Amino acid sequence: MLVAISFYLLAFVAIASAFMVVASRNPVHSVMFLIVTFFSAAGLFILMGAEFLALLLVMVYVGAVAVLFLFVVMMLDVDFVELKQGFLQYLPFGFVVALILLAEMIMVGAAYFTGETKALATYSGEKSNLERFGEVLYTDYAFFFEAAGLVLLVAMIGAIVLTLRERDGVRKQDITKQVGRTRETAIEMVDIESGQGVG
Amino acid sequence: MFELIQFWSNLSPLAWFGWKIAQVLAFVLVLALLVAALVLADRKIWAAAQMRRGPNVVGVFGLLQTIADALKFFFKELIVPSGSDKFLFIAAPVITLVMAFLAWAVIPVAPGWVMSDINVGVLYVLAISSLGVYGIIIGGWASNSKYPFMGALRSAAQMISYEVSIGFIILTVAALVGSLNLTEIVAAQEGGFWNWHMFYLNFSNPVHLLLFPVMFYMGILFFISALAETNRPPFDLPEAESELVAGYQVEYSSTPFLMYFFGEYVNIMLLCGMMTILFLGGWHAPIDLGFQFLPPVFWFFLKCSFLFFLFAMVKAIVPRYRYDQLMRLGWKVFLPTALVSIMIVLTFVNFFGTGAT
Repeated sequence: MLVAISFYLLAFVAIASAFMVVASRNPVHSVMFLIVTFFSAAGLFILMGAEFLALLLVMVYVGAVAVLFLFVVMMLDVDFVELKQGFLQYLPFGFVVALILLAEMIMVGAAYFTGETKALATYSGEKSNLERFGEVLYTDYAFFFEAAGLVLLVAMIGAIVLTLRERDGVRKQDITKQVGRTRETAIEMVDIESGQGVG
Repeated sequence: MFELIQFWSNLSPLAWFGWKIAQVLAFVLVLALLVAALVLADRKIWAAAQMRRGPNVVGVFGLLQTIADALKFFFKELIVPSGSDKFLFIAAPVITLVMAFLAWAVIPVAPGWVMSDINVGVLYVLAISSLGVYGIIIGGWASNSKYPFMGALRSAAQMISYEVSIGFIILTVAALVGSLNLTEIVAAQEGGFWNWHMFYLNFSNPVHLLLFPVMFYMGILFFISALAETNRPPFDLPEAESELVAGYQVEYSSTPFLMYFFGEYVNIMLLCGMMTILFLGGWHAPIDLGFQFLPPVFWFFLKCSFLFFLFAMVKAIVPRYRYDQLMRLGWKVFLPTALVSIMIVLTFVNFFGTGAT
């Protein structure tokens, strides 16, 4: 009973806020609704007993990805009038994407109801979500997992290479140089006779 | 007592709901009272370090100072800047406060004294604390003003940077215990302070001494990252009152400002609690005598208070970091060393197994 109520509530909020992501005029509000959608999805995961996946979703998507979205959207100088003008122009694209998604959804639904899908793997209740994940990722799919990690590493290095610029003539603080200063290198003792400068 | 509760919870889901709500209310009430005490303690410690008296007029020894301040905030006029996003402007401090309280749902303060003993407690705390950034970013943006916006970006970047290293530091502890459940993490440090993760000095198993330097270093890193995560000095760049204008909360007044303030202190308590649980043995006494003459929650409270004292002392004696130095410390010092440490710990766990004994 409680599960059913929670499910319908979360599902409704998820769909409504997903709609609002597209419908709301202010892009910052759109990102806010996107966050609500992520949250509802996390709640649905918890209802299915996948608490690890739910928390990962909150951590990665809400905690990091959506923050980046917000950064970008907030920094944009948005002209709302101009934004609306392109609406009709992009409508065909939207329809194409929507059609593809709809076809995929129908295929998945049909496959599910004809019963041709793989049987749901059942696990004993003793192992936690996390352990199951680890077992699957690091034994069955170890190679793909490592490959995905490598792709991400390459992407990260690429981003660094693209943005790293060494300019000449910039006065930069070098902490090791500062800490490495000793009495000998920093102070020069000079005996000055009276009436004369250091020269 | 607990049998009785068990009885009631078996009786009906409604009673279970009532019991949970009572727990939540108790936690919120205790935390609120503790915040009042901590704000005063903070000011007193700071004053003592500067050879002042601190607040001493309202109530005996100034004990009612915080309550007087809170009342002052409540009765001030709430000013919403023109052109601001009104809904988000009010929602942002609420988000900060709610997120600060929410994380306490999984913190075990004594055996069995935890609202929800979930298997992924560590991840839950990380997830919730990563949401705390939203209160700041939204608050800065919704104010519709340049200074709060720049301040919000500054502090959001700071919090995200240090969250990364906090995650890796917590991972070392989780790998050592072999669990993400906070109760199990505390249980693994039973038996005396030489089993605590910060002082990993179990001589009965000499091989574990190898990890002592790594874990001690991790404990120190966690403390410093906690300072940065809660925007406390020496990393209080979001509100560096003497150099920069006060960050994301420039436009806030009255109760919303109080909420930010409140949420900040609840967050400080949370990180003190997390450090106690992860590195200082939670509710376990420093030396196990075989019997308890003090309740376990006392030890938890004592350790948290000591950590808060350190937080306050750092505020009093350490000069503020410059922003680029702050970022350098987070990304070029903490992150690589935490990564190396986690490799060492994982290698160790792989060859010698988990657990202290």
